[in-house]
Amino acid sequence: MSKVDLAQFHKAFYEESLDGLDAMEQALLALDEGAEDPELINVVFRAAHSIKGGAATFGFTDVAAFTHVAENLMDEVRSGRRPMAKAVVELLLRSGDTVRDMLSLSMAGQPAATAESQALLAELSAMVSGHAAAPVVAVAKAAAAAEAIEGWDIAFRPFDYLLKSGNDPARMFRELEALGPLAVTCDASKLPALADMDAESSYLGWTLSLDAGAKRAAVEGVFDWVDGDCDLTVTPRIAAPAPVAEVAAAAAAPVAAAAPRAVRDPAANSESSSVRVGIEKIDTLINLVGELVITQSMLSQFNDGVDASQLEMLRHGLAQLGRHTRELQESVMSIRMLPISTVFNRFPRLVRDLAQKLDKKVVLDMRGETTELDKTVLEKIGDPLVHLVRNAIDHGLEMPDKRVAAGKGDTGTLRLEAFHRGGSIVVEVADNGAGLNREAIVAKAIQRGIITTGEGMSDEAVSDLIFEAGFSTAAATTDLSGRGVGMDVVRRNVMDLGGTVAIRSVQGSGTTFTITLPLTLAIIDGLTAAVGDEIYIVPLVSIIESVQVKPDTVRSVAGGGELFRFRDNWMPIVRLFDVFGCAGQRRAVDEGIVIVVEGEGTRIGLFVDELIGQQQAVVKSLEANYRRVTGISGATILADGSVALIADVTGLVRMQARRKAA
Amino acid sequence: MAKILAVDDSASMRSMVAFTLRGAGHDVEEADNGQAALDSAAVHKFDLILADVNMPVMDGITMVREIRTRADYRGIPILMLTTESNPEKKMEGKAAGATGWLVKPFDPDQLLATVNRVLG
Repeated sequence: MSKVDLAQFHKAFYEESLDGLDAMEQALLALDEGAEDPELINVVFRAAHSIKGGAATFGFTDVAAFTHVAENLMDEVRSGRRPMAKAVVELLLRSGDTVRDMLSLSMAGQPAATAESQALLAELSAMVSGHAAAPVVAVAKAAAAAEAIEGWDIAFRPFDYLLKSGNDPARMFRELEALGPLAVTCDASKLPALADMDAESSYLGWTLSLDAGAKRAAVEGVFDWVDGDCDLTVTPRIAAPAPVAEVAAAAAAPVAAAAPRAVRDPAANSESSSVRVGIEKIDTLINLVGELVITQSMLSQFNDGVDASQLEMLRHGLAQLGRHTRELQESVMSIRMLPISTVFNRFPRLVRDLAQKLDKKVVLDMRGETTELDKTVLEKIGDPLVHLVRNAIDHGLEMPDKRVAAGKGDTGTLRLEAFHRGGSIVVEVADNGAGLNREAIVAKAIQRGIITTGEGMSDEAVSDLIFEAGFSTAAATTDLSGRGVGMDVVRRNVMDLGGTVAIRSVQGSGTTFTITLPLTLAIIDGLTAAVGDEIYIVPLVSIIESVQVKPDTVRSVAGGGELFRFRDNWMPIVRLFDVFGCAGQRRAVDEGIVIVVEGEGTRIGLFVDELIGQQQAVVKSLEANYRRVTGISGATILADGSVALIADVTGLVRMQARRKAA
Repeated sequence: MAKILAVDDSASMRSMVAFTLRGAGHDVEEADNGQAALDSAAVHKFDLILADVNMPVMDGITMVREIRTRADYRGIPILMLTTESNPEKKMEGKAAGATGWLVKPFDPDQLLATVNRVLG
């Protein structure tokens, strides 16, 4: 047994198989829509073929057996023996899902064949015409009886082109010699005159005599690659008349390739343990580290002190160090960034299945798939997006006849778009359906006891009601959205990522959900502000502007709150020293400064003593080091070594809303 | 030690082949399709090429046919990594100029045995 441990390749196999299944699904969906590119069929075939090959090699026999039949089905399509009918697409789509499940079971060290996969395998097998499962493991030709054989006489004359195929008679003779003593006689009678000789042609013939009772399969095996490229006779030399025994072929059968399945460490295949990085990103990183080393060596000459003449050089070196550090940081961050297409990819299938189920006509329009997002954000944004897409198709888009009656085309459009805006990533889910129904939402909210009346509420405020916990829309009883997940969960998930969800709806022409996400969770750009002796950091993405408020623009309201007038709007003032219970030095409104921030579409003014400056903060988890604190999203360490807390704007907005409601 | 080119669109298969061969002391380059293999063969001088059949961009059969038109690769061993379900591919590969084949699935021992068979 070789010392190579196949388990080390399992993860790579698993990941590339998932990629293959994704590509297969996309190709199938394109084929389903009537595309006639033969390359699409090849993509599907290759996916099944590669997974089968890898699964067999790495010991996942159940997966290999399943994909083998799927591959046969695709082979029939590829060779034109079977049309790519809807039923085939449907079956292969389901097969893809099943293989995905089987692979994760295999990776978890569990048996991959389930009742479900067996049932689907039977369906697949039934579809493949005259299905004769070629075994994945080769079966050798039956070997002839060998016991009485004491040697072999071989006549071998290659055709003139044999050498060009890379086969070398001398090598083959060495192989034979490994079976036993070999006598070689060369027949050079066909050798032409030197002038006529082509160095790449073969002119020689040989007679060989092997003095060993080797099996026929072993002897012929030496010549299997040149079968058809030579004249070959292999004759056994029988010693004495002896009874020819029947010998089981089993001894000659090749070693089964199934490697023993290694006991897997469950931690080793946790989903998030690896990230695939483009080589150019690594190159940039290596380059930058090189630059840093150069800068470092340049600066190290100042170890023994600096005299005035060197000041310029020192300043230059420090500037370079600063620049490289920043670039290095960006470069390292970019390693965690992945294109949002990894999340978007699941939607063509989802939209197709949903539309089919609901008898609706939907075109999916995806844009900005190459927009990159932090891997952590990507992993967590999938579920909220799925929910929004389901909702849009289920509740947003109308039935074809209703659309026509409303003067629209019978096919609805669902737009899924990602783009950069400032320091954030924006993901929009937009449909051109009926828009939110104000009356229905108000009625539902009243019924659920969320509000008592809808009168006087702006359309935005009504739309926002669907994010309230306990609010679920009427159609939530359909089997599509009846998953116990409401829009409040969507909003909470997005907020956990430091993002916001906003909703824009126009009755009769559609609804747009806008999710705004931070580029990364690890570093934020923030404004540092002093509150008493403490420093707080307010994320720049949430800041609208900072203003000095005149006392005459401030109104007290019932319940002890304060509002101030900002660009024709009244908004509440939240005094941070109040919220966090620290000693604010400045209490009068005109002594300090108000930072206008926005969270969840609501603006509030944060009152602080003074602004200190702008800086990047590496976010350290407060939860991991202390405990969760409302209104604080984390902590960071300032240049002087002291700790500053990072304000959670959304949390503060919600606190304010609760206080108002109380 | 020989210089070997491993051609397969499956990264896991390619890693397995390359890892096994490197472990046996060979110098291995990798390519993920036929075209990439041709490009690599133009830069390096290989003693042996192991090539998958089904690959995107350029399949293994076409690659063998192309590479045999190059004078310096006319007699170099090329082994096709093929599957038992496709016996006709063996013949097609041979017609294109392949030296022989190794049937998938194979384990590292079988791979080394076959490679030793052509490298002698």
